[in-house]
Amino acid sequence: MGGPTTDPRAAAPGTVPPKRRNTELALLGFAVLITLAAQCIVDVTVTGSLRADLFTFGGWFTALWVVVHLVVRRFAPYADPLLLPAVAVLTGLGLTMIHRLDLAGLQDGEATREDAPVQLLWATVGVALFVAVVVVLRDHRQLSRFAYTLGLVGLVLLALPAVLPASISEVYGAKIWIRVAGFSIQPGEFAKICLIVFFAAYLVDKRDVLALASRRVMGLELPRGRDLGPVLAVWVVSILVLVFERDLGSSLLLFGIFVVMLYVATERASWLLIGVGLFAGGAFLAYQVFGHVQVRVDTWLDPFAYRNEGGYQLVQSLFGLGTGGLFGAGLGGGRPDQVPVAKSDFIASAIGEELGLFGLVAVIVLYLVLVERGLRTSLIVRDAFGKLLAGGLAFAVAWQLFVVLGGVTGLLPLTGLTTPFVAYGGSSLVANFGLVAVLVRISDAARRPATPPAPPKAAFGEAPTEVVSR
Amino acid sequence: MTAEIVLQVFRFGFLLLLWLFIFAAFRVVRADLFGGRTGRVASVPPRAAAPGRKRGRGVRTLVVTAGPLTGTKITLGEQPILIGRADDSTLVLTDDFASSRHARLTNRGGQWYVEDLGSTNGTYLDQQRVQGPLLVAPGQPIRIGQTAMELRS
Repeated sequence: MGGPTTDPRAAAPGTVPPKRRNTELALLGFAVLITLAAQCIVDVTVTGSLRADLFTFGGWFTALWVVVHLVVRRFAPYADPLLLPAVAVLTGLGLTMIHRLDLAGLQDGEATREDAPVQLLWATVGVALFVAVVVVLRDHRQLSRFAYTLGLVGLVLLALPAVLPASISEVYGAKIWIRVAGFSIQPGEFAKICLIVFFAAYLVDKRDVLALASRRVMGLELPRGRDLGPVLAVWVVSILVLVFERDLGSSLLLFGIFVVMLYVATERASWLLIGVGLFAGGAFLAYQVFGHVQVRVDTWLDPFAYRNEGGYQLVQSLFGLGTGGLFGAGLGGGRPDQVPVAKSDFIASAIGEELGLFGLVAVIVLYLVLVERGLRTSLIVRDAFGKLLAGGLAFAVAWQLFVVLGGVTGLLPLTGLTTPFVAYGGSSLVANFGLVAVLVRISDAARRPATPPAPPKAAFGEAPTEVVSR
Repeated sequence: MTAEIVLQVFRFGFLLLLWLFIFAAFRVVRADLFGGRTGRVASVPPRAAAPGRKRGRGVRTLVVTAGPLTGTKITLGEQPILIGRADDSTLVLTDDFASSRHARLTNRGGQWYVEDLGSTNGTYLDQQRVQGPLLVAPGQPIRIGQTAMELRS
């Protein structure tokens, strides 16, 4: 111990984290166990016996995570050990709740097809995307080269449903879909990731300018007037989304992510206030001018007054959460199918009804773990682009969850956003697997010990040190 | 009656399982947060015995103290640390005042030297502009553009 430190890395175990792949494997096993337990409980409670294809499901679900784990072990050995287990539990819980709602639908004779196997297929597609991203993207900094292309792709994806005719793009009043040949895609989910990459690269370039303050007003350093350009541009886009796609969710998501990334990049709290002010002003204007926004806000302010019309969903969701109480009705013991579209938009209230407050809070804490690991990655990664990208992605998950849960519990007006990983919906699940893949890639770079730079010009580079020794 | 009991066991058992998972996850978070500190506490007594007189011996980390990358730590080994805007630098700066290959820290016999790699705007050790390689003492600020960093044990 007292001798000279020949290898500083071995002497300071805290600064160079171990790979922790076995921790990840153990937690993934735990996650699969939780999922299988939940599936068994649902089957036994609802039908009284285990279903025949439970083994197929169990084998498939286990295989997915084995593949993910092996790929991470091979291609991103220093990745954060908690990201994937948290995702695994959330995906498994989502699959279980969808299966549970399938059973309820079959019993009532309302549904003819099961959605859980479809969701499992989407999860497989998601895992395929995850593997592709982790294998192809060897360094997250490569993404910054395609930042402007990705920004354009994100904008097009975001704008596409607004331009398409309502018969293709409109579901329950929100024009955020593309429905082609039986498939429905929510392009906003993919747009989110593209735009975060673009914002990160753009803000790394421009943050010195944007951080310039012109004057202090009441302890706040306000930016110069001409630096308001970018934030105004994103504000206009998000208001257009609100008006033409009739979706507060996508609009809030886009604008919130940009304002927070701007704040992270410039460290100026004034951007947050400017953002909140701009959005409040825009939303108020939209409320005054557009009838459909008014309807949404009115049902939000007093859902019980509209319980036979637009407020029915929210009222049923609130009743469900109330029935669940502290400990819930038990998996399979409640009636979450009483809420319309419980599988996608209202899966959180289904969880709240069957697992109670304790279960719902557990799910929120799982998201918290995911977000915390993302933000931690952002803190320890060494390059500015990676910092902003990881921070933006982690914040996007947190913000989306906030908007969705706010909608389900009546805190915010209802939105068309989905609960990441849990809700039924292919595009959401696949896009979020892609998001986690990027986070895994950044966290691998962040936790990897500093490698010596490749010395192609070693002889030339060593010359100055020669002078010292003389 | 037994069926009722089984359902109650399922109901609370599953919640317990879910929270056990969260407990396990938080243990990993805790190990990450405090695991490093116990390692560092163990290394304090030897440093107290030889208080900083050994000129750079036992220097383990390069810590960024000012600028956009504040708080970033790099563990020092035997290898040189390249600082600059180039992507393959050990510390990648995004600063208009930094050159792509700006400066280098080299370890020679347990002591660290900073040298400027012909940068446009210069590297400063304390107030002094770095011309040839200079010995860096722990806690001495190295400045490049908006970024300042120092060696710590």
